[in-house]
Amino acid sequence: MTAAIKTDKLKRFKNLEFILGVLLVGGIGLAVIFSGWLFPGGGSELNLAYRLTPPLVEPGFPLGTDPLGRDVLARVIIGGEISLKVGVYSALGAVVIGIIMGLVSGYYGGFLDMIVMRFADVQLALPFILLAITFIAVIGGGLTNMIILLIISQWVQYARLVRGSVLSLRDREFILAAKAIGVKDIRILFQHLLPNLIGPVIVLMTLNVANNILLESSLTFLGLGVDPVIPSWGGMLAEGRTYLQTAWWVSVFPGLAILLTVLGLNLLGDWLRDALDPTGRTSL
Amino acid sequence: MVIAVTLIVSFAIRLTGDPAVMLAQGAGSVTEADLERIREALGLNQSFLAQYIGFLQGLVVGDFGRSFMGGTPVSDLIGRALPATLALAFASLFLSIVISIPLGIKAAVSRGRWPDQMIRIFSLIGLSFPNFWLAIMLVLVLSITFNLLPPSGMEGFSSFIMPAATMGIILTATNVRLVRTTMLDTLRSQYIMVARAKGLSNTVVLYKHALRNCSIPLITYFGLQFGGLLGGIVVVERVFNWPGLGTLAFEAVSARDYPVLQGVITVLSLMIISINLLVDIAYGLVDPRVRKE
Repeated sequence: MTAAIKTDKLKRFKNLEFILGVLLVGGIGLAVIFSGWLFPGGGSELNLAYRLTPPLVEPGFPLGTDPLGRDVLARVIIGGEISLKVGVYSALGAVVIGIIMGLVSGYYGGFLDMIVMRFADVQLALPFILLAITFIAVIGGGLTNMIILLIISQWVQYARLVRGSVLSLRDREFILAAKAIGVKDIRILFQHLLPNLIGPVIVLMTLNVANNILLESSLTFLGLGVDPVIPSWGGMLAEGRTYLQTAWWVSVFPGLAILLTVLGLNLLGDWLRDALDPTGRTSL
Repeated sequence: MVIAVTLIVSFAIRLTGDPAVMLAQGAGSVTEADLERIREALGLNQSFLAQYIGFLQGLVVGDFGRSFMGGTPVSDLIGRALPATLALAFASLFLSIVISIPLGIKAAVSRGRWPDQMIRIFSLIGLSFPNFWLAIMLVLVLSITFNLLPPSGMEGFSSFIMPAATMGIILTATNVRLVRTTMLDTLRSQYIMVARAKGLSNTVVLYKHALRNCSIPLITYFGLQFGGLLGGIVVVERVFNWPGLGTLAFEAVSARDYPVLQGVITVLSLMIISINLLVDIAYGLVDPRVRKE
């Protein structure tokens, strides 16, 4: 009886989690996609007469203006593009490489498998930020380099996850049956194994997009990421920090945007984890 | 392992550009011969492999070479910055363990009810916080608005609170969930039922019997977090102008001071590798079953 009530409450909470996640991610996503149409000026028009206007004072600038009189709201929405691009593209790239490497190394084992596992070990010893500092000092910052760097440092996570699942699925009856009737290896990998292990991969990917957004904004904040001329959340925070004494709004809103986006993705990931895993009740 | 890390790092750093040019820029007119002299003095005219072998030889005896800027031994610079970073790391880890164990246990015990949901929501929000923004917001509220704590630098205990709290809060968000999950697994065991049946108080059952059995997975997680923690500290140090390894690394990047950057990254990686080793040793201390094997 009480157990039933408990699961009922949990379900309701889970639904709330999903709704909130969709609202946050969807809302921010749509705002960013239509930002060009909402703010044709690109958020870079200077209104020197309105420098450092606080929020809710001028009707034209609901979130105030920065030290050059640029609209904070416009820049926050347009700046989202960089973060979302980096987050999504790098996760997609890492997923594709990770799945292929994981499937092949788990299924065939051998030399490639050893290489993948060594990579995973090095990964554990070298935090991303340190790796990034070193490499960005070499190849320079910028959008593409950052995405490449994130892919390089994160595909191993997917490869390990996929490899683990392949190892446990490889000798199951349905795979043996497929082999027995002469199905080609490539078809076994992508048509028989992949659908059975994709659930956790999708969960990891959602959480990874969130994490990538955090990493991108930290790097840009440190001056190692995207060009400061392009509006981005990390870049705005780095600029706003200098004016913290006089104009709190310049650094509060970009950070809030990061927080809400990442929170939305984390909520969705959390919900997905339970939704895609009906047997694993451990996280409930 | 160590070799792989140092090799990647030193190879990458060699590509950053010519420090001789950087050094000479301040001096006005420079001839190619001058540049060549600088390169020779710094050992930059040797091949990459020769430089790397030289670096490894030094590493064995704790010599990281000298900084290109001013010639201070790198080991001195690191020796000055390392305690600041370590103090911050352990303070944040300690803070997060102290907060997350009782909260995680509370969440596990009240699973599905409102304390659990509240803790879950707070942990999700904490997970979503960019660490540098949390740091900036702490400065905004505690230093600028209420003028309680110094906004930057390292002078006395009060300047220690905000940097440690920043990373502590962010770590707590992850750790609460780890404690909760491990605790839920443990509470299902039969010895917990036996302990309860003996009539032991709830606190004794949870903190003595259950927590002790949770400690192995928890120590593993805390150890694995150390890498991420150091990465986070590197960023947060920047906000608070904390004179640690992160600040040292950034200065080295902008000055193309190879030996310093190489030293910092090597030391940080060595720390992470040795923490993972310590974690393995700690198993034996906590769990008598491991000791016997």
